[in-house]
Amino acid sequence: MSLAAKSLLLIAVLGLAACNNPDRYGAGGPGGAGGAGGAGGMGGIDTTGLGDPNNPTSIAYFNQRVGDRVLFAVDQSTLSPEARTILSGQAQWLNTNTGYAAIIEGHADEQGTREYNLALGARRAAAVQNFLISQGVPANRLRTISYGKERPIEVCSTEECYSKNRRSVTVLSAGVGM
Amino acid sequence: MIRPMRQAIAALLALTLGLAGASAVLAQNAPPRIVIGPGVIEPMPIAVPTFIDEGGAGDYAREIGRVVISDLEGTGFFRNIGEEAYISRVTGFDAPVAFEDWKAINAQVLVTGAVTVSGDRITVKFRAYDVFNGTTMEGAALQFAGTTQGWRRMAHKVADVVYSKITGEGGYFDSRVVFVSESGPKNQRLKRLAVMDYDGANVAFLTDSSSIVLAPRFSPQGDRILYTSYETGFPRITLMDVASLGRQTLAEQPGTMTFAPRFSPDGGTVVFSLERGGNTDIYALSVGSGQLTQLTNAPSIETAPSFSPDGSQIVFESDRSGVPQIYVMPAGGGEGTRISGGAGRYGTPVWSPRGDYIAFTKQNEGRFHIGVMRTDGSEERLLTASFLDEGPTWAPNGRVLMFTRETSGGGGQASLWSVDITGRNLKQIPTDGPASDPAWSPLLP
Repeated sequence: MSLAAKSLLLIAVLGLAACNNPDRYGAGGPGGAGGAGGAGGMGGIDTTGLGDPNNPTSIAYFNQRVGDRVLFAVDQSTLSPEARTILSGQAQWLNTNTGYAAIIEGHADEQGTREYNLALGARRAAAVQNFLISQGVPANRLRTISYGKERPIEVCSTEECYSKNRRSVTVLSAGVGM
Repeated sequence: MIRPMRQAIAALLALTLGLAGASAVLAQNAPPRIVIGPGVIEPMPIAVPTFIDEGGAGDYAREIGRVVISDLEGTGFFRNIGEEAYISRVTGFDAPVAFEDWKAINAQVLVTGAVTVSGDRITVKFRAYDVFNGTTMEGAALQFAGTTQGWRRMAHKVADVVYSKITGEGGYFDSRVVFVSESGPKNQRLKRLAVMDYDGANVAFLTDSSSIVLAPRFSPQGDRILYTSYETGFPRITLMDVASLGRQTLAEQPGTMTFAPRFSPDGGTVVFSLERGGNTDIYALSVGSGQLTQLTNAPSIETAPSFSPDGSQIVFESDRSGVPQIYVMPAGGGEGTRISGGAGRYGTPVWSPRGDYIAFTKQNEGRFHIGVMRTDGSEERLLTASFLDEGPTWAPNGRVLMFTRETSGGGGQASLWSVDITGRNLKQIPTDGPASDPAWSPLLP
C-alpha cells in the first residue's frame, strides 16, 4: 500500500480530516494526495500523514485544535483579535514542531473581479505570514499563495458563505529538518 | 441607428421627380447605410439567396450563406428576408439581377455568391448589391480561396465586408476568442484554455484541466496567448505559442506571484501584476530581452493594466483611494490620474482598439455591470447589470464587447455574453459547457 493510500485510510478511520480539509484541491493546488502535500505541483507529490488529532505534534492537531484558518472582513487584510489568537497558536506550534513548513493560502469571496481578488488574497496571506514571522517563525519555513476567488469552501452567494471564504489557511507539510 | 431609409428615399424621389432638371447626384439614392450610435434600431432588410454551386460545392453553398446571415442578423442591425418571400431566383452568379423584384420585397441589400470545391480547395465569391440604386456596392465584389476546413472563415469574411460597407465600421466576424472552459462544482472548479470562432463554433482546447488557468489574452498578431497558470503550484504568467501549443513561464521571480498579463500593441512588451510580500504593483517585461521594469510603486493594489492602442498610455485598476478605481498613467510608469468617478468599485479596464473608449467592470449596490467611458472618464455608460458580470474584451472593431456572466448560488455557472457599446443586442455566446474570461483576437488576416 502506498503512503498516500495509508494516509487516506487513516483519514477514513478517523473520520475527521475529510471535513477538516475541504479546500484541498487535488490538481492545481499546492496540496497533493492525502491532503497535505508538497508545494511543487511539478516536482512530484510529497505525502505527509495527518496523524492523530490527540497527538499535539500531528498535522491533524494543528488543523483542528490550533486552527488552520483565520477570517477577514470585506476587502480587508487586517487581523482581528480572534485571528491573532489563532495565529499565535500557529506560531507556537510551528516553533515547537520545527520539522514542518507551511504554505499560507489567501482567499477572497466572489464579490470582486478575478484580478483584484488575486491581489487581495495575496495581501491576506502576507498579513498572516508577517504575523507568524513576528512571533518567531523563520521566514524560510513560510510561503504564500493566493487563490483569489477561485477556491471557495462555501458555495452560497450570501454573506454567510462569503464570511467563511474570506480566509487564509495555513497548510502544513513536512519539509524542513526532516 | 438606421437612417429612416424608406422615407429618405421617398423624399429624394419626390425631390427628383419634382425638379426635372435635378442633377445626376440628386438622382442617385444614398447607398444603404447604418450609423451605429444611440437611438432606436430598425434592422435593415437584406436578402442572401443560397450561394450558387459552381462545381462540387454540395452543402457548402447553403451552409456558407447560413453563416453569412447568422453573422449579419447577429449584430441586430440586419433582418434576413426568407426565401419564401422571393419573387425571382438568382440563377447564376453573373446573371443579370432583377432589381425590381428585390425592391418589391424591400430588400435594401442583396448578397449573391458562388462556391466551387475541388479536392480540399474551396473558392467563394460574392457580390453585395445596393438594390435601390441597382449597383454593386463599392468594394463589395470579392473572391476568397482556401481549404474547405476554413469554409466558415470565408463566410465570416463575406459578412465582414457587407457589415463594413454598410456601417462604415471595421468587421469582426472573422476572429477567434480564447477563453476558459469550466467544469466541476463551484468549490472545485476545473479550468482549461480553449479557443473558438467569435460565434462559438470550432472549439479547440489548448490545455488540459490539471492546473487552474485564468484570463488568457491574445497577442496583437493573434499568434501567441498570455495567461495566468498554477502549473508550477503558484500563479505565474505563461506565454503560449498558438500553433505549437509550446509554453513558457515569464518573469519568474522567486517568492512572487504574477498575473493579469496583457501585450503592448506592438507585441514586444507584456504588462502584468507582480505581487511581492503581499503588495501588488504593475511591471513591464520586454519579451525579447527579458528586461523587467517596475511601473507603479505604491502600497496599494495595482492590477489589470491595459495599453492604449498607440502604446503611449496604460489604464489600470488601483485601490489607493480605499476602493478599486481606474487610473491612466504614461506607458513608462508613474503616479497615474484617476478617471473613474462614480459610486461603487471599478475594475478590469480595457482600452478599445479604436482608442475612443475604456470598457470596465463596475460593482455597485450588490450588482455588477459592464460599462464604457471615454478615456478621460467622461460619458460613463453602463451596458449590463447582473449578479456578476466581469472582464470585458473588445471585438476587433471596438464596437462590441464580450464578457463573463456568472449566476449566483451553489449551482452558479459562468457563461459568455456579448453586448454592443450602445447597450443593445445583449446575447449569450453558445458554448458546450460553462465558460469564462473571454479575450477576442484581432481580425484574422
